[in-house]
Amino acid sequence: MDVGDGVIEVSELRRRYGQPGAEGFEAVRDVSFSVRRGELFALLGTNGAGKTSTVELLEGLARPTGGRVRVLGHDPYEERGAVRPRMGVMLQEGGFPSDLTVAETVRMWAGCTTGARPVGEALGLVGLEARRDVRIKQLSGGERRRLDLALALLGRPEVLFLDEPTTGLDPEARHTTWELVRRLRDEGTTVLLTTHYLEEAESLADRLAIMREGRIVASGTPGQVIGAYPARIRFAMPTGWFVGDLPPLDALGVLRHQESDGRVELQTTELQRTLTGLLFWARDKDVELEGLDARTASLEEAFLAIAGASAPGRGE
Amino acid sequence: MATETASATGTGVPTGTTTAAGRALALGRAELTLLGRNRMALYTVLLTPVLVIYAVSSGARKLDLSGSGMSFKEATMTGAFGYVLIFVVYCNLMSVFTARREELVLKRLRTGEAGDLEILAGTALPSLTIAVAQCALLVTAGMAWLHMRIPARPDLLVAGVLLGLALLTPLAAACTAFTKSSETAQLAAMPLVMVSMLGSGMFCPLEAMPDALAKACSLLPMTPVVQLMRDGWLGGASTAGTLGHLGAALAWTAVAVFAVRRWFRWEPRR
Repeated sequence: MDVGDGVIEVSELRRRYGQPGAEGFEAVRDVSFSVRRGELFALLGTNGAGKTSTVELLEGLARPTGGRVRVLGHDPYEERGAVRPRMGVMLQEGGFPSDLTVAETVRMWAGCTTGARPVGEALGLVGLEARRDVRIKQLSGGERRRLDLALALLGRPEVLFLDEPTTGLDPEARHTTWELVRRLRDEGTTVLLTTHYLEEAESLADRLAIMREGRIVASGTPGQVIGAYPARIRFAMPTGWFVGDLPPLDALGVLRHQESDGRVELQTTELQRTLTGLLFWARDKDVELEGLDARTASLEEAFLAIAGASAPGRGE
Repeated sequence: MATETASATGTGVPTGTTTAAGRALALGRAELTLLGRNRMALYTVLLTPVLVIYAVSSGARKLDLSGSGMSFKEATMTGAFGYVLIFVVYCNLMSVFTARREELVLKRLRTGEAGDLEILAGTALPSLTIAVAQCALLVTAGMAWLHMRIPARPDLLVAGVLLGLALLTPLAAACTAFTKSSETAQLAAMPLVMVSMLGSGMFCPLEAMPDALAKACSLLPMTPVVQLMRDGWLGGASTAGTLGHLGAALAWTAVAVFAVRRWFRWEPRR
């Protein structure tokens, strides 16, 4: 990797809350990664894994306890003025004065933003034009998230930090947001995104890292991360047949198998070879494999295996 | 979707660079809109000083001001500067800073281009402007309707107002360390309000107090501000006394600024 091209450089980053010693809590422990220009990088993890604590350091909201952060070649905390005009931020939980209208909020933010888009254009990006004269306190949670995104995009940033941008959005708004983020990425914006929607990371990220207990425990392209986990085949054993009647599982490339109530699950890293062998066997024996289901590992499986048993599901 | 603008994304070519003053003004404008929509705060800011002056005037009439060398009218009108500053700036800003922090507005603003000082100053701007206007109104009303003199030392009057703003703004911010909502902020503001009303020459001039008490009261944060403004309007200040007031006001301001830097929280306690 060409390190000189890194828009975001993080090395041996640490963040500790509270007092040193037993009373304190180290939320970020030795995290290193780098994001290249135009890349979309996703940080995944369960709640409390340290995603937001990490992102806040990249945004320059707090000073790291240890390690180094560079955004566009600058220290985002010490050299705030050099970095801020070129970056856009959407916090996990941002706030706006509840008695301002949507348009007034954008206008206020525009007054603090270099090269700000006009109010109408900013609201158009997130489909909030019709709500421009509505008070913030009357917006739904999803509408607030979209307004927050509009403000993050107001200055046409080179680097965009999105902390759980689609949490609280309905499915349609979520897909619209994904389209928008994809388009920004295609236009050259570097994006760092945290999410606990695995589908979101899988479909958007060029590269991702999975965090657990303040550390990065897996990283790479979605394909690489998923590739480390086996595909699986499920079917019901035909009546009167047993697993022992199948061809030798080793020869089919099966890593593990399990059976319960006549349902069989095979795990393999060579899905095509295993499946071909299985289907030829079924044709030769003239039996039906009911409920046949073959799939490569998903990010969800990889995530559950990596992030631990307490991981939340896909929908929340 | 605004496709014609899409090409501008990510090129980072600034077209309208912002300035510190511009950013603070943008925040101040939004804050003024919010003040206009908050009836309670609007009453506090616009009416309380008037009501307090009225309430005090009936009580202060009984005070023996013979030792102070000023008339009842002069004592009340110059003491009113203190009420304006403490209610419009201190009390109101404690509510405002607390509300913005609890709504996560301050945290969100800190992710933008505005610096910490600009955020606090911009948020305070409407209150500060209104306080200055009310002080000017007091002087104008005093001269026009109460036949009071033209300010003897306008420079001291202005210095007093400015030091009052410079002191009470960070003091309000620092005191929000003890608050959780804008309602509790009003409660948390009371100790300084009471102490200042009784001890800083707003209700009863220090000149009319026993010497020992007056000495103790001169150490309170609002006392030098009220004294400077009183001397600025009525005159008769000694150079040594004026320097003492200036020094005391600056010292309190330094303490307040230190307290903000040390204890101010930009986001709610979790």
